[in-house]
Amino acid sequence: MESETTDKSPAVQKLKEWDAQTITEVIEFRGETTVVVPRDHLRRASEYLISEPSLRFSFLSDITTVDRFPIEPRFEVNYHLLSLDRRERLRLKVRLPGNDATVPSVVSVWPTANWHERENFDLFGIRFEGHPDLRRILMPDDWEGHPLRKDYPVEGYR
Amino acid sequence: MTITIETPAGAAQTMVLNMGPQHPSTHGVLRVVLELEGEIVVKAEPVIGYLHTGIEKSCEAKTYSQAITLTDRLDYLAPLSNNLCYCLAVEKLLGLEIPKRAQYIRVLLTELTRIASHLVWVGTHAIDLGAMSVFLYTFREREEILKIFEYVSGQRMMTSYFRIGGLALEPPPGWLDHVRRVIDALPSHIDEYEDLLTSNRIWLRRTKGVGVISASDAIAMGASGPMLRGSGVAYDVRKAFPYSSYDEFDFNIQTQTAGDCFARYQVRMAEIRESIKIVRQAMGKVPAEGPIRTEAPGIVPPSREEMKTSIEGLIYHFKIYTEGFAPPPGEVYQVIESPRGELGFFVASDGSAKPYRVKVRAPSFINLQSLPKLAEGRLIADVVACIGTTDIVLGEVDR
Repeated sequence: MESETTDKSPAVQKLKEWDAQTITEVIEFRGETTVVVPRDHLRRASEYLISEPSLRFSFLSDITTVDRFPIEPRFEVNYHLLSLDRRERLRLKVRLPGNDATVPSVVSVWPTANWHERENFDLFGIRFEGHPDLRRILMPDDWEGHPLRKDYPVEGYR
Repeated sequence: MTITIETPAGAAQTMVLNMGPQHPSTHGVLRVVLELEGEIVVKAEPVIGYLHTGIEKSCEAKTYSQAITLTDRLDYLAPLSNNLCYCLAVEKLLGLEIPKRAQYIRVLLTELTRIASHLVWVGTHAIDLGAMSVFLYTFREREEILKIFEYVSGQRMMTSYFRIGGLALEPPPGWLDHVRRVIDALPSHIDEYEDLLTSNRIWLRRTKGVGVISASDAIAMGASGPMLRGSGVAYDVRKAFPYSSYDEFDFNIQTQTAGDCFARYQVRMAEIRESIKIVRQAMGKVPAEGPIRTEAPGIVPPSREEMKTSIEGLIYHFKIYTEGFAPPPGEVYQVIESPRGELGFFVASDGSAKPYRVKVRAPSFINLQSLPKLAEGRLIADVVACIGTTDIVLGEVDR
């Protein structure tokens, strides 16, 4: 799915030049750029985006998941990056199948990801491989189920 | 709740102490598990979730307009900032352009919100550190600002005044005179607080050099707002990614380089003064008359008069309040500068009348993550100062 568009985002250009395999798709919507990254390349791509001197995505603003149940791949994990000096935002997206919702942790790249990943684990059941301390954060430790999944009722199980 | 006090095997004599969830200086229901060696904090671990109400899940069961009322309840000290961020996100999804008059009123009111929020912060932080009187003064001034909100929106705190496409109501006549009275009185009050605190020797001893975080650590931990600017990083969403016509206003980003509790105090005090500047400019810019809502049939409700006199108006009114409206499928991430830092709303639409997913990037939640960095190696009493200057609102932390 190589997109032929003239990408305005320097980050997408750079990523493409560096390793075209890290990009499965580029989505432009309302002036926001989303790069879909294969799960296996996420850590490498993150390390590149933070360390490349002309990009410097040093600030991880947010990690959030969307559950597309019952569509497969079911989960989309979104990473909202920000380059503080260049004032550019970029969203990385990783698609995960419902029966194997694991993704490499990026805590070693952005330490702030620690609580974000715990939250996504707690509410969606996404497992972040290599996370130093993957526990529930908002729900009680003995809670069953992951409340923000679409097959979890709004009123909870009674 | 069981409180566990245990001695870790092998280590030197340390004690585990629970601070909170019911503790006056944790500003709500924050629990911090402290591992102590004497009075020195060896390890601090915030435990959150006591106020988790599932707001993000609830949003998925409401129409886009109904969800606005939930955003008030996130950061209850700055409801209008939350309203604004959510509305901007949905407006981005819809591709709506908002009339200038509504944009200026939004700026004016969110800056008043920032002042009110910082006033609460100064007051409560001072009371945490033993300076009782400041609290009484700041709450007096905050009440005046809440009266403006009540005058304009009908509510002191849970305003829900910003709606998708503009504002809920036409502001009442003479409201700007009311704002002017409050704003003109404020600078001398701020001087009063600074007289009480800025050169107060006890205050300095309690805040200077306490809870230091370096610029690179603050960025790595995702800290934002006064937390980040107190460490010398001049990042403010209002300047970096202007929204709601902030690019037309003249103001400065306030920074300090020390990165300690005192620096964050200085940043917030200076921000109150900057916000007063912005409010003054906004008062000059707001036209006396003009639309407060954009024209978008089927999305933005028609005016009361139109609803009563035209059949189209009646149909749209009925449809909007029963079915809602359906934005195109897609995802947006909108950030604004809330009093606590970078507030973000991620809204995903699947083309139906209810948001498929709403995620709040709560600045308090992420700033709180730095607490162990601030507090470890210091005295228990300093933990109170550190929690205070991260300026958390538990409604937003736990959502």
